Amino acid sequence: MYRLALKMLFGDHAKYLMLISGIMFSTLLMAQGASLFCGIMSWTFATIRNARAEIWVADPKVERADDAKPLRDTDVNRVRSVAHVAWAAPLFTSTIQARLPDGSFKLIQLVGIDATTFAGAPHVILEGRLEDLRLPNTVIIDELGVERLSEGRDRPVRIGDMFEINDREARIVGICRAARSFTGGPYVYTTYDRAVQYAPQQRKMLSFILAAPQPGQEAVAVADEITRATGLKAFTERDFIWSTMWWYIKNTGIPINVGTLVLLGFVVGTVISGQTFYAFVHENTRNLGALKAMGTSTARLCTMLVLQSLAVGFIGYGLGLGIVAFLGMNLLRLGKVPFLMVWQVPAIVGVAVLLICVLSALLGITRIARLEAAIVFRG
Amino acid sequence: MVAPDSPSSTGPVAVRLTAVDKSFGEGESRTHVLKRTDFDARLGELLMLVGPSGCGKTTLLSILAGTLLADAGEISVLGHDLHRMSAGAVTRFRAKSLGFIFQQFNLIPTLTVAENVSVPLLIQGVSPRRAEKQSRELLELVGIAEKAGQRPAKLSGGQQQRVAIARALVHQPPLLVCDEPTSALDSENGHLVMEILRRIARQDNRTVIVVTHDPRIYGFADRMAEMEDGRILRVLGSPAEIAVAHKFN
Repeated sequence: MYRLALKMLFGDHAKYLMLISGIMFSTLLMAQGASLFCGIMSWTFATIRNARAEIWVADPKVERADDAKPLRDTDVNRVRSVAHVAWAAPLFTSTIQARLPDGSFKLIQLVGIDATTFAGAPHVILEGRLEDLRLPNTVIIDELGVERLSEGRDRPVRIGDMFEINDREARIVGICRAARSFTGGPYVYTTYDRAVQYAPQQRKMLSFILAAPQPGQEAVAVADEITRATGLKAFTERDFIWSTMWWYIKNTGIPINVGTLVLLGFVVGTVISGQTFYAFVHENTRNLGALKAMGTSTARLCTMLVLQSLAVGFIGYGLGLGIVAFLGMNLLRLGKVPFLMVWQVPAIVGVAVLLICVLSALLGITRIARLEAAIVFRG
Repeated sequence: MVAPDSPSSTGPVAVRLTAVDKSFGEGESRTHVLKRTDFDARLGELLMLVGPSGCGKTTLLSILAGTLLADAGEISVLGHDLHRMSAGAVTRFRAKSLGFIFQQFNLIPTLTVAENVSVPLLIQGVSPRRAEKQSRELLELVGIAEKAGQRPAKLSGGQQQRVAIARALVHQPPLLVCDEPTSALDSENGHLVMEILRRIARQDNRTVIVVTHDPRIYGFADRMAEMEDGRILRVLGSPAEIAVAHKFN
């Protein structure tokens, strides 16, 4: 009977395509929206991901990675003196403008790392050597930097090319791979000492202190100890990522905008598939009545309907997710749109599609439950 | 033992309805459709239930087929008291013991002819392969085996009704319930269908109950129950009586 149920569904091409389209479109909206949200959120903590430090120490009022409240340089030593801290290094981060040879300006994300330990340095160097940062006036730029800083040139920038940061020369000695920043500016790495020279002078310049626990020590415990001993705020990498994300969730319209898209996807899917399923049952009332008269129980008819609904949901979900993945891969290749499909996205969208299928099937089930087998004998 | 091709109006009773009442609606709009109606049908006979529109034929048919509950009365079908059985038991009883032929055929348009015929077997849990094999045998019996792989929409009305007959017979039920089986057919196809139904009743010793308005097929009845205003007015007990009463030879 269940095979026949599927044949009944697949044989009604118009309804079948409508149902598949509804679920597919719904999946597309929900998965795309959720992946965009995750992508945007991943941009907000790009600086943390790029640095890969186990412990971040900041001013007690800091909530996110791109809102540094400067510390005193001496705070680095205070952190180093805390028990179970293996090492601590200064980090400078700031959004600043770079001047290109044609006179135009580009926003960059300047990162100054400790010249001795290179703590916070990019992990993937595509061209050049990290050690060359110790040479005078040198920087390493990321792949986005190659694109952005090449504007106005007749060829892409490469090792040896120069540009200006705050009227100071910056010579490219390497190209690295880095996660994209929320502000859209490319990451430009240099040493901490040089970074504070590039940036406009302030009384305090130290943005963060990166630290690591001694082997065998828990980062959480060491971070708590730093907080207690110094009066500064020490985060584990994970806590700092969540703190940054929560700031954006609470203080921007991103969740509402994306949430609206996801909700719209859910509503569209429910309405289209629910309405189509109801119409499918309505148009097959006499046939379903005949099946009931011939001895098919209401429970079995309902199970057949649930099976049809799940089949449509499964196919529509697969197609929708496939399209999102295809779009996502191409968006990522462009590198300009935030897109991150973590495993939770297909899982949650899958549950939502399941819910849509159940709701749609319920509309049909209410009709089947009320259906009298005797209807087939009425003219 | 009933001899082939001869009517059996004296066989054991297959269906007996006693003092059956049925009303629809509430209060002033309440309509009393069946009024203490008595009815019986025997094994091996083709019994026709005739009467004007609204006299209660379809309601009576629905009650004896177990698709509608009576308000009162006794309903014995093939030795089962439908009035005292649970809904699930009645559904299972219908699946096993009743074959249905509907006025509008009610074939599922997206299934092939063979798949439509196999539905009653699939309802009983027979494997699709076995059901399909039995379906093809039945289609051969009703003379449209070559249409097994086609969709019902490709067939003529007469062919569709023969598919419906094959579907009603495929699980070999002892009782066939037919609602206006010829009303959508021309005279020739109507006669063909009734020939098959009469053969089924006589050769296989089944009970065939036919509700009809169609006087062209009265000659196929072994007995005829005439209804009016919710009651059985009279029962014509033989083809000869029917011929006399309705003036045909």
